[in-house]
Amino acid sequence: MQYSTFNLIKEGFVGHKNWPAAWTTPALKKSYDAVIIGGGGHGLATAYYLAKNHNLTNVAILEKGWIGGGNTGRNTTIVRSNYFYPESAAFYDFSLKLYEGLSNDLNYNIMLSQRGQMTFAHSQHDLEMIRRICNAMQLNGVDASVLTPDEIALRIPNLDVSRKARHPIWGAVVQERAGVARHDAVAWGYARQASKLGVDIIQNCAVTGFQIDRGRIKAVETKRGIIKTDKVGIAVAGHSSVIAEMAGFRLPVQSYALQAFVSEPLKPALDTVVVSPATGVYVSQSDKGELVFGSALDLYTSYAQRGNVPVLEDTVAGLLALFPSFSRVRMLRQWAGICDIVHDSSPIIGHTPVVGMYINCGWGTGGFKAIPAGGYTFAHAIAHDTPHPLAKPFTLDRFKSGALIDEAGAAGIAH
Amino acid sequence: MMKITCPFCGARNENEFHRGGEAHIARPQPSMDTSDDVWGEYLFFRDNPKGIIVERWRHTYGCGQWFNVTRDTVTHEIKAVYDIEAPKPAIDAQ
Repeated sequence: MQYSTFNLIKEGFVGHKNWPAAWTTPALKKSYDAVIIGGGGHGLATAYYLAKNHNLTNVAILEKGWIGGGNTGRNTTIVRSNYFYPESAAFYDFSLKLYEGLSNDLNYNIMLSQRGQMTFAHSQHDLEMIRRICNAMQLNGVDASVLTPDEIALRIPNLDVSRKARHPIWGAVVQERAGVARHDAVAWGYARQASKLGVDIIQNCAVTGFQIDRGRIKAVETKRGIIKTDKVGIAVAGHSSVIAEMAGFRLPVQSYALQAFVSEPLKPALDTVVVSPATGVYVSQSDKGELVFGSALDLYTSYAQRGNVPVLEDTVAGLLALFPSFSRVRMLRQWAGICDIVHDSSPIIGHTPVVGMYINCGWGTGGFKAIPAGGYTFAHAIAHDTPHPLAKPFTLDRFKSGALIDEAGAAGIAH
Repeated sequence: MMKITCPFCGARNENEFHRGGEAHIARPQPSMDTSDDVWGEYLFFRDNPKGIIVERWRHTYGCGQWFNVTRDTVTHEIKAVYDIEAPKPAIDAQ
């Protein structure tokens, strides 16, 4: 049933008893045209675009836990396209444009709030660098402007902009179209539409191995039986290396935990997204009033979804250096997601050494903003066995050819 | 907070240390005759196990010494600390 004011009123008269489940829970079939491993944002979006754009509906999504329960449900929900290189800007701006129309496309309110994102300069040198990034963004056709300390102080009254601040504010580059979206809604919205188009969402179904014959994928082994298929798409973020090992190849990926933190709800105090490269902190305020913030990766590789204390201390110290008035705020929750870190902070979308097997990984700490474009271009790669034009620079081959797209500097925080 | 036992200084907090990545990687020789595939593998492709990893660490904010560690990437338990030049130990999958 369509989510609409009309249906809401209609259902109001009959006690809201007819709303169907947002997605169905089908039985696992013996074979599929394509199997997507990973029911996070990227996996769900991939299945949706396979069905919608490529008419491939005999598709299963296999999820080890529950959909949207990994990094999709464990991030700071920032969407932006303030990248430096033309390849990245084109890709991430396409993603942001899809986000801008996503609530209508999915008939599901993803609560996109384009409240702008500021990246601070804390010194004369920072200021020169953000001017350079601003110029690059404008040349790439992405909206950007530089704000003076006075303009920043007007927009963020509780920010410490004094000259005596530990990290003084010299300016900021702002992307007004950036903002936040409701992370769970993105997963659920994609799941609902994918399910409606015929995709089977199979939860609690861990992959245990693959059947590969002469370098070609034949079947996926799971805890619930063997599934025959000619095409497999892997979208498992931090666990990419684990799945790749099952299929017998290696990836240029290292898995690190990235923590995020939520405070108790406050009255409206911050109506933009703030990134401070010097402290490593990024923070926004959710619609419920909680401060949602995070900073750098944990210090060593990890598959433990909990995070460690030194980074927590650094993050809180950084936040308070920027906003001294938050010092009495109590923390509500902390969690960590496992991020697939690659050397150039750019994604890997497309072929693997196994024929019929494709991978979507390498998003590192910024996969959420890329969900629509990641799914869109990955679906293209799976359906046509060739990279989408926007994803051509982001294949696995670049680690052999050397054509890296080193976005580490422009991603805001040096992870 | 993870405690790491530096061979010289003893047990110290993890934030005195710096992780140097996978241990026992040999540079392909002679490098002029190395194919792009092998060179790319050497530069960028790394083991990333969910379990026991063999890696280099440096006591950066202490004595500055490099050493090797076997560590569990799920529990963060350190199984062994050994000399940087010692051969790779056999890894018990348990």
